[in-house]
Amino acid sequence: MRVVVDLEKCCGAGQCVLLAPKVFDQRDDGIVILLDASPPKELHAAVREAATVCPGAAITLEEGQ
Amino acid sequence: MTTPSSVLVVGASAAGLSVAEALRREGFAGRVTLLGAERHLPYDRPPLSKKVLSGAFKPEQTLLRPESALAKLDVEFVLGDPAIRLDAAAREVTTASGRSLRADVIVLATGLEVRRLPGQEAWAGVHVLRTVDDTLALRADLLTGPRVVVAGDGVLGTEIAATARGMGLEVTVVGPQSAPLASQLGLQVGGYLAKLHTDQGVALRLGIGVQELCGAEGRVTGVRLANGEVLPADVVVVAIGSRPAIGWLAGSGLTLADGIVCDSRCQAAAGIYAVGDVAWWHHEGLGTGVRLENRTNAVEQAMAVAANILGKDRPYTPVPYFWTDQYDAKIQVHGFVPADAEVAIVEGDPALRQFVALYGSRGKVTGVLGWNMVKQTRQHRQHVVDGTAWDAVRALAVPQ
Repeated sequence: MRVVVDLEKCCGAGQCVLLAPKVFDQRDDGIVILLDASPPKELHAAVREAATVCPGAAITLEEGQ
Repeated sequence: MTTPSSVLVVGASAAGLSVAEALRREGFAGRVTLLGAERHLPYDRPPLSKKVLSGAFKPEQTLLRPESALAKLDVEFVLGDPAIRLDAAAREVTTASGRSLRADVIVLATGLEVRRLPGQEAWAGVHVLRTVDDTLALRADLLTGPRVVVAGDGVLGTEIAATARGMGLEVTVVGPQSAPLASQLGLQVGGYLAKLHTDQGVALRLGIGVQELCGAEGRVTGVRLANGEVLPADVVVVAIGSRPAIGWLAGSGLTLADGIVCDSRCQAAAGIYAVGDVAWWHHEGLGTGVRLENRTNAVEQAMAVAANILGKDRPYTPVPYFWTDQYDAKIQVHGFVPADAEVAIVEGDPALRQFVALYGSRGKVTGVLGWNMVKQTRQHRQHVVDGTAWDAVRALAVPQ
């Protein structure tokens, strides 16, 4: 799995950090910081949920590689 | 319960699309149809009043998913064709163009429709903002006229005012409340918001409603307030609220009130679910019915509905989240912040426009509001989850 974040679309909700704190963090202004662009398998379910609930639709996943 | 073989989702915005995505993610292999009133592929609404209106985003940047991702979903899109009738017992939807669509399960995700002022259609220069087309039409008009009156002191009205002010326009906000967003955030934070807008040069005319629009030769020239005063305007934005889009469900057999009435599973009737802005469901955690108009709920409720369609039988009990961006202010709210709640500032200082406030009602924390304090707000969200005793919060309060 490869994680891509769109900093322009990010609205700083922080839902991703709540769900997958090992993969996402936030700057002081709320914008996402991607900690791990290729997270290990045990985090995939949480990352998928983060991408799904992101209210800015700012997280995309490239899966299956 | 047996797994259905087909699902029809009525409404192709964030909530509707999310139902389709969640079904596929959970392995549902049956037929999925997404019926949308607008001609556009699913797009995101929160950027409309901000980045699309200001011109920072092109309309395409609001698309919720690239077309390639939508193709992989294996969903049939029927767009530009509003639903006009539901037969709940037969699970059949009729559309404006005369289509008849039937499925084992129907999900209602028709969202909101905007309220308008009587007769506003008669005048050019009067706008609402709900769709991307509305937004582009308003933007085109804002680029021509310097004086804008925004009728509406809620989230949408104040966001539009902030964007228009950022475009260099002369902006006046008119609304019946004594502070912007007072009914959503309470008077205290509403007061901070009023100061933010006046500091930015927006004129606030609060505590008074718009009585009527004034115009000449087919174009709006201003608004008349309830006290008879006329505010001249080149452009008027009507942001006086919205209502659930349920008019088309009259006679469907469903129970309708302030939305589509659902049980704790977001089910309105056998094989019929509702999701997003239009759904009024029983929140087991609160012990009462709730309807939420926010972007995060659209997705979270969609995930709950998809799970329940597939037989999970789970109540939906979210901690809601919404935000608004105005000028440099990012205001974030987790949980519920009733207008009559007690408010305690627990981080920062409102005068510095960086703070976190906890809201308490009936002896415990019900919500947290952050203003330009993103991380601290997220950390205090746990008080909402835990329902921390309000007495304990008083000890955390920062002296003001």
